[in-house]
Amino acid sequence: MLDQSNFHRAIRTTLPVFFGYIAIGIPFGLMLVNAQYPWWLAPVMSVLMYAGAGQYIAVGLYAAGTPLVAILLAQLFVNIRHIFYGLSLISKFRNIGKIKYFLMFALTDETYALLTSVTVPKGADAGAYYGTIALFDWLYWIAGSTIGALLGTMIPYDFAGVDFALTALFVVLLLNQIKASRDVLPPMTGIVVTVVAIVLSRLGILPSQHILLSAISLGLFALIVMRSRKFRAEHKAELEKIAQMQTAAQETEQETARENAQEAEK
Amino acid sequence: MKLSLLAAFIATIFTGALLFLLRAFPFLVFSKKDPPAIIRFIEKYIPSMIIAILIVYCLKDIHFASAPFGLPSILGIACTVGLHLWRNNAMVSIFGGTIIYMILNHVM
Repeated sequence: MLDQSNFHRAIRTTLPVFFGYIAIGIPFGLMLVNAQYPWWLAPVMSVLMYAGAGQYIAVGLYAAGTPLVAILLAQLFVNIRHIFYGLSLISKFRNIGKIKYFLMFALTDETYALLTSVTVPKGADAGAYYGTIALFDWLYWIAGSTIGALLGTMIPYDFAGVDFALTALFVVLLLNQIKASRDVLPPMTGIVVTVVAIVLSRLGILPSQHILLSAISLGLFALIVMRSRKFRAEHKAELEKIAQMQTAAQETEQETARENAQEAEK
Repeated sequence: MKLSLLAAFIATIFTGALLFLLRAFPFLVFSKKDPPAIIRFIEKYIPSMIIAILIVYCLKDIHFASAPFGLPSILGIACTVGLHLWRNNAMVSIFGGTIIYMILNHVM
């Protein structure tokens, strides 16, 4: 358990996430109600799934009547980044007890960002400190999405078009990724294969519920064909660099050991 | 046809389980050893491809051959991109683009 001042400190850390989650939770709730689902599905999804982009996508997929396998495949690839979040937290979570499992569940983009950057105050229990941060972020998200869903049922205003927030969110995510990777081949591939799948579906060749699955499989195949050689070369270079650094480190170590030994002899 | 409430609920449970497995995966598997190259490949190239696929998928029901020729979506996306390059604030870009889209959708 945390004492009062550490508890308050943990909550203060989550304030930016409070505003962010309320702000993106509300359009999610609105979209869900706009797609003719009951308001309480919003908190249910926020409790069980707890994923920002993942829940936005889910609304689009549910509204389009996408089959379960395609939904899971799309979610798998959209959320694959979470595998890498865990990698950098393995040592931080090693000795904090059972709360670890809750933290794994609650590892959203924002909570990940907070947990990797906070330092636990002296004398505070690390598990309880991390747990408090993760719990509050979760509550903000549940609150934001529920508020949005209730607003959608109460306000007598036509929210037609609010689902465009989903498209806009993807556009923003894509811009950020291109900025970071400076690589437009993967998104261009994605655009081309999806346009092909949609055209095939309009021509009556491909059933419309298979557009997403076909586009993802085709895109994966195309990228592997186009990029596996480059990736292998880069990966090899990276491994060699690491190996070189390790040998260099070993050599310096041996040298210092030798010098120490010489000095001891004197 | 949208998914029924029951189908949506089942999909939510499955997706929730999938997300937990993804988030727990590195703690369960890579506590002792390094991740293999295929995971690095996926991390490097796949997310931006999938997001591009989802953007186009969001636009799949637009008819570009008849009025309003998909203009609200095109201008909404252009506005989102412009705002994001200008202000680099995700909230501003998403809300700005959506509001423009809703207005255009209403008047066109």
